[in-house]
Amino acid sequence: MPGLTTQISIRKFDFYYGKYHALKNINLDVYSRKITSFIGPSGCGKSTLLRTLNRMYDLYPDQRAVGEILLDGLNILDRGVSVNELRAKVGMVFQKPTPFPMSIYENIAFGVRLHEQLSRVEMDDRVEWALRKAALWEEAKDKLQYSGMSLSGGQQQRLCIARGIAVKPEVLLLDEPTSALDPISTMRIEELLNELKEDFTIVIVTHNMQQAARVSDFTAYMYLGELIEFGVTDEVFVKPKMKATEDYITGRFG
Amino acid sequence: MAANLATWRRIKNRIAMTMAFLAMAFGLFWLFWILITTLDLGIASLSPKLFTQMTPPPGSEGGLLNAIVGSLLLVSLGTLLGTPIGILAGIYLAEYGKHTWLGRITQFLNDILLSAPSIVIGLFVYAIYVAQAGHFSGYSGVIALAMLVIPVVIRATENMLLLVPNPMREAAFALGAPKWKVIVKVTLRASIAGILTGVLLAIARISGETAPLLFTALSNQFWTLNMNGPIANLPVTIFKFAMSPYKDWQQLAWAAVFLITMGVLALNIIARVVFRPSKHT
Amino acid sequence: MSSTRQGKLGDWIFFNLTRFFALFVLLMLGGTVASLVHGAWPAIERFGWGFLWSGEWNPPMERFGALIPIYGTLATSLVALVIAVPVSFGIAIFLTEMAPVWLKRPLGIAIELLAGVPSIVYGMWGLLVFSPVFATYAQPMLANTLGKLPLIGELFSGPALGIGILSAGVVLAIMTIPFIASVMRDVFDVTPPMLKESAYGLGATTWEVVWHVVLPYTKVGVIGGVMLGLGRALGETMAVTFLIGNMNVFGGFSLFLPGNSIASALANEFAEADSPIYAASLIELGLILFFITFIVLSLSKLLLMQLSRRGGRET
Repeated sequence: MPGLTTQISIRKFDFYYGKYHALKNINLDVYSRKITSFIGPSGCGKSTLLRTLNRMYDLYPDQRAVGEILLDGLNILDRGVSVNELRAKVGMVFQKPTPFPMSIYENIAFGVRLHEQLSRVEMDDRVEWALRKAALWEEAKDKLQYSGMSLSGGQQQRLCIARGIAVKPEVLLLDEPTSALDPISTMRIEELLNELKEDFTIVIVTHNMQQAARVSDFTAYMYLGELIEFGVTDEVFVKPKMKATEDYITGRFG
Repeated sequence: MAANLATWRRIKNRIAMTMAFLAMAFGLFWLFWILITTLDLGIASLSPKLFTQMTPPPGSEGGLLNAIVGSLLLVSLGTLLGTPIGILAGIYLAEYGKHTWLGRITQFLNDILLSAPSIVIGLFVYAIYVAQAGHFSGYSGVIALAMLVIPVVIRATENMLLLVPNPMREAAFALGAPKWKVIVKVTLRASIAGILTGVLLAIARISGETAPLLFTALSNQFWTLNMNGPIANLPVTIFKFAMSPYKDWQQLAWAAVFLITMGVLALNIIARVVFRPSKHT
Repeated sequence: MSSTRQGKLGDWIFFNLTRFFALFVLLMLGGTVASLVHGAWPAIERFGWGFLWSGEWNPPMERFGALIPIYGTLATSLVALVIAVPVSFGIAIFLTEMAPVWLKRPLGIAIELLAGVPSIVYGMWGLLVFSPVFATYAQPMLANTLGKLPLIGELFSGPALGIGILSAGVVLAIMTIPFIASVMRDVFDVTPPMLKESAYGLGATTWEVVWHVVLPYTKVGVIGGVMLGLGRALGETMAVTFLIGNMNVFGGFSLFLPGNSIASALANEFAEADSPIYAASLIELGLILFFITFIVLSLSKLLLMQLSRRGGRET
């Protein structure tokens, strides 16, 4: 498509949990500095697909990926790829907030220190930058030394986003980031995503279709491990090409 | 008929509940009896001399200074030796070894070590250390106590690490952290309160252990800080003094029992109440 | 780039460090068995299997057999279980089904504190405080009641000394109760609330719920807890040493009689074992004790594992 740069391209991609064939022949492009959402019913493989993009599946035995996922032209599934460097480029935010058992400041500095050596002043700047980007600075600037767990759920999730972007990744993966939050916190995170896409490529998994429609530029509809439809969000939602997609988004599904 | 049955069921329930209540009272009765005796006889034999004088020969005045200091040395060194080993092995069990043969076997055998007779541990250390060196020593006592600390700390570390929610691990991995950093900086930190509780309970356990010291640290009538020779300690002193027919020795033994019991119960209560494992989810 | 290589090296070092210490635990246990077998070898060679059933323990003549300490170990532990199992069951019922919520925790802690009291304290208290009371009141009463019965009467006959197998068993029971009661309470708590509620919903009484629903559901775990208590009781040293009387001659089946247990024989005699064969015989006793407790504790662990696996599946 014109005016778009491909950041990640997934080609002929299959994924297995042991013998179970969880993802079948996925072909998909994720465009740079856009928000792509994966939608579909529970168990369709949308989270699985997301978790292959930073090779989170490496943590578990019996999980296997076949095919190609090119990030900046490099196949991240290659054995030679350093997952630690990959994860510096591809950040992730989870369903439930996962603040580490340390101060707010340290939560953010932790990830940065893994990949860069910054002076005290540079680190302070980075932490502030990340917190501002995550729209948490005003609330957190006076309690940077407090435990990350002292924040409210929505604030914790924004802290996790700040932690993810402090590493300055190219891509940010979000796995149902608002499913544990109240509507107001959800709204703030959605606004935040809109601002973040100026700097980052964002992939979000959600089962809230209004959310996908509200925030994303592109939408992929998945069902039973297959990619049914992928396209510009407005088109997918307004005039889906596939009957299955239409059934799902109009709620006639199941 | 039906009314009879209902009455009978109610009576049976009443009887069972009464028995359960009595069982509870029975358990508490012993706890209070032991505590009251210890307080009563222990406080009666408390005096400043306990902390300034050495264990005496029968019939003369003395205190427990050498035994108190010896016990503190043995227990603290045993804890210092056993804790890191226990934490590292516990990390292996929780973070690496869940699906390996080494992990499973170690986990199984560790639970057995946890309840294994401590006197056998004493025999083992006697065989590998005391018999080789040719003399009893504080160091061998330290090794025996450390062997009792290790399974307790392993258990606590493993349990606490397994309580850390997986998303927290994944979040740290997602930042690109290598596994050892995820463990040391995130999961271990999240479970530190629980592990500390385990260490406190381990200290409580070895503070009163007598059997493994009988063939290792033995005892010593005199003041010494030399860990390479026999060294005085409270439990073996209690054993020797309590079994003796001398009233003044028995009185010192009560004082020692008082000190140990209060210390151990305090550790237990601190571990359970103050360091109640906080939840990180 | 270099930070990644550091990460890989760090991972390698840390993994192998933790694995080394996990292996170390195995070595500790293996070393214990090996050193016991090695130390006991002279006695094993000299007495063979006969060591297990010879009732003679005669240091001057250098003739040794394990029967009396084995009998004392098993007898005291059985006495302890006979008392501790029903009491622990009652305590577990009280803590899980009867106690008001605000009392559960303090009472649970109190019972666990009973387990925290060092065994040397039980021993001294048992010898100097408990045993005189036991000899004056409890033993005559037992002799006049249970002692009059046929068959089991013999168990409660003879002079009331206050020390002996029975009093060691009673103190052992007090020490074992917290272990068994805690396990029972924990496994009772594993019973899915829905299961209990559906029984209560049918109009069952608390006792009926415990007896017909909770107990069958947690049976394996309850037995595991009992085995754990047994394992603890078998190896308990100090309290028994104070109370059992340390007599190496078999005088009959009365529980009032003094005797000896494996652990007490070791505690009392090992330091003064002057001849090599004496020491080797004591170490062989230690080996036997280790072997018995190992089997009992393994069974306990296997049973508890079975319960937690099932609990994981059904809830």
